[in-house]
Amino acid sequence: MNLNDVVAAFVTGLTLSDVVFIVIAGITVLSALGVVLARNIVHSAVFLVITFLGVAAVYFQLNAGFLGLVQIMVYAGAISVLMIFAIMLVMDVEPQETNLFNKSVPTILTGGYVGVLFFAGMTGAIAFTKWPVSSVKAGDAGADLLAGLMLGKYVVPFEVAAILLLVAVVGAIILARGVEDK
Amino acid sequence: MILQNVLENAWIIPFLPFLAFALIGLIFHRWPKFSTAVSILSIAASFVFSVMVAMTVFSTAEGTVYEAGTRWLSMPGLQVDMGLLIDPLTAVMLLVVTTIALLVQIYSIGYMHGDPGIASYYAYQSLFAGSMLGLVVSNNFGQIFVFWELVGICSYFLIGFWFGRNSAKEAAKKAFITNRVGDFGFLLGILFLQIIFGTLNFNGLAVEIANYTNTGVLSMISILLFFGPIGKSAQFPLHVWLPDAMEGPTPVSALIHAATMVAAGVYLIARAIFIFNTSAEALMVIAVVGGFTALFAATIAIVQNDIKRILAFSTLSQLGYMVMAMGVGVMTAGMFHLMTHAFFKSLLFLGAGSVIHAMHDEQDIWKMGNLSKKMPITTWTFVIGALALSGIPPLSGFWSKDEILLGAFASGHMGLYVLGSFVAFLTAFYMFRLIFVAFFGSNTAGEHAHESPSVMTWPLIILAVISVFAGFVGSPLMNNAFGHYITYVGAQHHEASVSIMIVSAIIALAGIVLAYLVYQRKLVDYEAVKERFSGVYNLLYNKYYIDEFYALLIKYFVDGTAKVMEWFDLHVINGIVNGIAIFTGRAGTALKYTENGQVQTYALYMFAGIVVLLISALCAVFTAIA
Amino acid sequence: MIGLSHYLVLGTMLFSIGLFGVLSKRNAIAVLMCVELMLNAVNINFVAIEKFITPGTGLGQLFAIFVIVVAAAEVAVGLALVISIYRQKKSVNLNDFNLLKW
Repeated sequence: MNLNDVVAAFVTGLTLSDVVFIVIAGITVLSALGVVLARNIVHSAVFLVITFLGVAAVYFQLNAGFLGLVQIMVYAGAISVLMIFAIMLVMDVEPQETNLFNKSVPTILTGGYVGVLFFAGMTGAIAFTKWPVSSVKAGDAGADLLAGLMLGKYVVPFEVAAILLLVAVVGAIILARGVEDK
Repeated sequence: MILQNVLENAWIIPFLPFLAFALIGLIFHRWPKFSTAVSILSIAASFVFSVMVAMTVFSTAEGTVYEAGTRWLSMPGLQVDMGLLIDPLTAVMLLVVTTIALLVQIYSIGYMHGDPGIASYYAYQSLFAGSMLGLVVSNNFGQIFVFWELVGICSYFLIGFWFGRNSAKEAAKKAFITNRVGDFGFLLGILFLQIIFGTLNFNGLAVEIANYTNTGVLSMISILLFFGPIGKSAQFPLHVWLPDAMEGPTPVSALIHAATMVAAGVYLIARAIFIFNTSAEALMVIAVVGGFTALFAATIAIVQNDIKRILAFSTLSQLGYMVMAMGVGVMTAGMFHLMTHAFFKSLLFLGAGSVIHAMHDEQDIWKMGNLSKKMPITTWTFVIGALALSGIPPLSGFWSKDEILLGAFASGHMGLYVLGSFVAFLTAFYMFRLIFVAFFGSNTAGEHAHESPSVMTWPLIILAVISVFAGFVGSPLMNNAFGHYITYVGAQHHEASVSIMIVSAIIALAGIVLAYLVYQRKLVDYEAVKERFSGVYNLLYNKYYIDEFYALLIKYFVDGTAKVMEWFDLHVINGIVNGIAIFTGRAGTALKYTENGQVQTYALYMFAGIVVLLISALCAVFTAIA
Repeated sequence: MIGLSHYLVLGTMLFSIGLFGVLSKRNAIAVLMCVELMLNAVNINFVAIEKFITPGTGLGQLFAIFVIVVAAAEVAVGLALVISIYRQKKSVNLNDFNLLKW
């Protein structure tokens, strides 16, 4: 079995959703690399938005439509805007050369090495794990299911998360405003 | 009905003096007279209670036994109980202790008159009385040990009562530290009992030990327990504290260091006799130690000049007698002698106190003399006490001493019998040497002496009466009633032997006559004898140089060990500790350069660790699969 | 044909890229962005595992929502910190932040 046969078998086994996944995953990974590799922080931010959208698409494909919408609104909407505001607040120079790598080359190399090792290790673990895949086919879990869970069994974590957000907002305001000189 | 209630409420007997101690110590110490009254009233109430208890106990033919207990603390593997055990043995001790404590406290009104520390004196007296009574009514070894230590600390306080005197401070420390040596062994013995038998209750132990067959262990426990009496009852070789303890006020010497506390050791042997009886070796050790102490102390007493020291060595000797009685298997005789000795020896000490009081703190018998004219009551009660101690029939000491000698003879310990008889001779001799020199001597130093106040003489008279008659309760004339009651481990009485009685009476008389001839008629020039045998004299006068030997031992052995330990501590222990500290400091100095403040470096370390964990987990899984 | 493993590998890829960025970028805001990448990778895992192993329960999505909440809070506080430090140091360069140094 030569390489052409493998490719042929691979291509013939593909369904439409598989193709869609490959495309979405490719875009997501490439834009994530763009976030890391871009030398301009504004470009990084744009790539980040693309990545978020890609992840949202993955959610849609996983029958998690509500979560996908949340992802688009919170990440691609709010968090990205927050990031860009922060960039605007702290960048008083031209945006070129604003997102460089660390000065020390060994830091970059060990960082890359750790990242690669992590990826290899995790992939190995995923490949050698026998996943107890369920045969049940469930439809799109709608917002009603999540709402039932959040306001029912998981109401306490829900409230705690609400308090966390409140505290984070107050803390962020105080930190960003700074101490007034008297 | 009412008598049953008496036994149930017997805890009041030790409680009242404790209450008096607390009241005086906390509230009344500003008012000496009131403190005195509180203390005496409480011990008097205890005395009345004790009489009622004794009446109840002896109301039946076999003697009533009452035991009550409660759990004090409980944890896995250890139960500590506290309780009350009233039996004939306890009842006798209660009577003896409360009687003498009451009389001594009354006597102290006169003796301690004008002393600035009178309130604390009575507080200590009450504490002592409560502790001693608590010791007597204890039903287990743990509780007895607590009270044992309490009477020890009271002894310490009262020996050092005049703490302004250096000698009193030294004596108090000596008594306390010497007792620690004995108590250490005693505590070890108690711990062994707890570990092996799981209980400290006397009755529980009696059952357990009856079924226990390892005699080696029992011998070891017996000898360890005997360490307690060796210390507390001042047996050789831990006797050194008792003569020095005479630095305390004389009533204290009478109560604690003659009649009651030092007898606690003998009481303990009697109480635990069921343990000692299982081991012939232990009994032999007890008998030999007791007999040796009796002889050893009696020989020293012959040459002493201090009236209280003579009595102190006499106490040592008589305690040796009691211990020997325990060892030769006549526990009842030992207890009998304990009782009679308590009365006549406290009488003698109080008499000596009366003399010392009259002579303004003069204690040398050669500086007294002819006191019989000035102090008739003191003199004649003292003579009665000395006669009782010497064993002249029909006074109390005769019956009890005869009982011990009979026991030694009948149980086949001929050596101890001869030794005991010889000690009886020595006893009579040194007591009447004291009397002839101090009370009938020609020295006129006692001209200004005058009889003590009645608050001091009445206790003497009462004790003299008791000393005369107390012996009858255990005499063959009354069918050995005392021994019959005390015995709770089978009969220990031997058939009375008239010949032994006659021999011991003759021996005692011989001692008195010899003392009379030497010190009153001066037929023998004792100064010349002293010169002729100066080596022996000095050996005896210096108490066989035991104190000096201990001092040398401490100087070279203990101090030497301490020096080695100090060196070890300074150089090795400190070196290790400082070395660890220096190493830690240096390591910190070296490792701080890894802290570069870069948050990414820290994140790198963290994820590197995670990666290492991940890969090792994978490797483990792969090896498991392969 | 595309199964659970593929989604998990996608998540791992995103996570590793984010990790590399966190460890090697100089700009603090870029590092925060990379942290967001890592959090998204985790969310993909949650949702994928729910779909393939416990379908229909909604638990994975619920957990992902909680992660999004925490991520939002983290970004808000993190950016506020960056701005606050920027005021002090006039820089967002992590190499310039060495307050923890010995």
